[in-house]
Amino acid sequence: MGESLTLITGRTREQGIGMHKGKTSPDYRRATERAEMNADDMARLKIEEGGTVRLRTAGGEVELPAEKGTLPPGLVFVPLGAPANLLVEAETLGTGMPSFKGVDVTVEPV
Amino acid sequence: MSTTVEHVACTFCGCVCDDIVVELEGSRIAGVRRACSVGRGMIDEYDAKLRRPLVRGREVDWEEAVEAAVTILDRADSPLIYGLSSSAVEAQRKAVELADRIGAIVDTTSSVCHGPTGLAMQAVGEVTCTLGEVRDRADLVVFWGCNPSASHPRHFGRFSLTAKGTHTPNGREDRTVYVVDVRPTGSSKQADHFLQVDVGTDFEVLTALRSLVKGNRLRSESIGGIPMPRLSDLAERMKACRYGVVFMGMGLTMSRGRHQNVGELFTLVAELNEHARFAVIPMRGHGNVAGADQVLTWSSGYPFAVSFARGYPQYGPGEFTAVDVLARGEADAALVVASDPVAHFPRRAAEHLERIPTIVLDPARSLTAGIAQVVFPTASYGIDASGTAYRMDNVPIPLRALLVSGRPTDEEILDRIIEAVK
Repeated sequence: MGESLTLITGRTREQGIGMHKGKTSPDYRRATERAEMNADDMARLKIEEGGTVRLRTAGGEVELPAEKGTLPPGLVFVPLGAPANLLVEAETLGTGMPSFKGVDVTVEPV
Repeated sequence: MSTTVEHVACTFCGCVCDDIVVELEGSRIAGVRRACSVGRGMIDEYDAKLRRPLVRGREVDWEEAVEAAVTILDRADSPLIYGLSSSAVEAQRKAVELADRIGAIVDTTSSVCHGPTGLAMQAVGEVTCTLGEVRDRADLVVFWGCNPSASHPRHFGRFSLTAKGTHTPNGREDRTVYVVDVRPTGSSKQADHFLQVDVGTDFEVLTALRSLVKGNRLRSESIGGIPMPRLSDLAERMKACRYGVVFMGMGLTMSRGRHQNVGELFTLVAELNEHARFAVIPMRGHGNVAGADQVLTWSSGYPFAVSFARGYPQYGPGEFTAVDVLARGEADAALVVASDPVAHFPRRAAEHLERIPTIVLDPARSLTAGIAQVVFPTASYGIDASGTAYRMDNVPIPLRALLVSGRPTDEEILDRIIEAVK
């Protein structure tokens, strides 16, 4: 079920601004509880703008609202935050750094 | 009575902008000027209402909290001291002293940020410069795997894009700007050239660039999704520029290859000095994460991932880095200074902090403070405490206290713990 894409996580300006209001604040949650996708990928997977998408990695699984973003096909972007932490595995390959970018992710509409 | 304080330093990100203007009305911050949208909240929304420490959720006096922290650390066989990057150099020194005293592992947020950059630096060296040189001299600027428009919003204006300097009097017109990233961003919109690289292929692209700079001809039509003519054009511009600078970020350190990617970039930059002055500056995230690297290096010999368990400093990325130590369940107590690993670590690592006694020093009630047994609400350096922070180019910036604090600093609390531990 679903399709295998590549997840990257990262900072956004909204996430940075929301941080000062507290990480349980509505602003921070709105900034971090979302997934950006390529428009063609969304159409092919029958995911509507704002529709819920299930993301599953070796680290875990989350459901987030999907948005069209300026992403090339095959990529999914989730801002740093609680949902991203569930998807990123703790394995660091001997470096101390987990794979916050370039994670295999299975994507399907809910 | 209202007062205007000029040249205030913002410690949110590694730019440590020290030209901020703060309006004070008595002991209240009434306005902030020149700060970016991301840093502004750090000063504007500063809240020192947490005045008393907590032990297991109960408000106690400072002495009782110090005793509780000391009891936890005295009982621990393998304590972890983590964070430090949003604290000041003065407190970072104390954290290392405490680690040495109790045989702890000390690691900083560098390990989930530019730790791989540190590994690359140790392997191949780093040709670098200050941000002042970038502003005054750089005519070719490359942003690789970073997005300052989201993470360091004033970087472009103060140093790297539109800033005017001695040899760049026309600012933006005097610079050619490249962005290399896996997707278009707010930063790539402002560049002259955007090279979209396929995820996980930075190493190959950098190796190809090194080869092109050496004058080799490559047969491939494209590397990592970038057409060869565009890559050749970048190589030629790099060789022909007067003063080139690369700013690099998490796109290299967090993806496949990690320190190998960064090492390849640093080698390219070193080799470019046969043709032009060329330098690289890592885009440091937290306001004093560069200071944490400095302090750990000058006091232990290593920038992060240091264990004092054997009575002398041992370096072990992957072994003594916080995510690994927590995910493997090896730490039996933690002291977290000015950082929020519960909010930022992969879940499997963060949840171990809930299983062990954790001590937190933080001006705000972070998610980590929410699970901690002992919480010290400390003053914030640059707002109600003075200290020193290192900017991303390793220039130390003095931090002044704007307000009178009713709370001790990280340094003072760590000092009291050091005095009391066995």
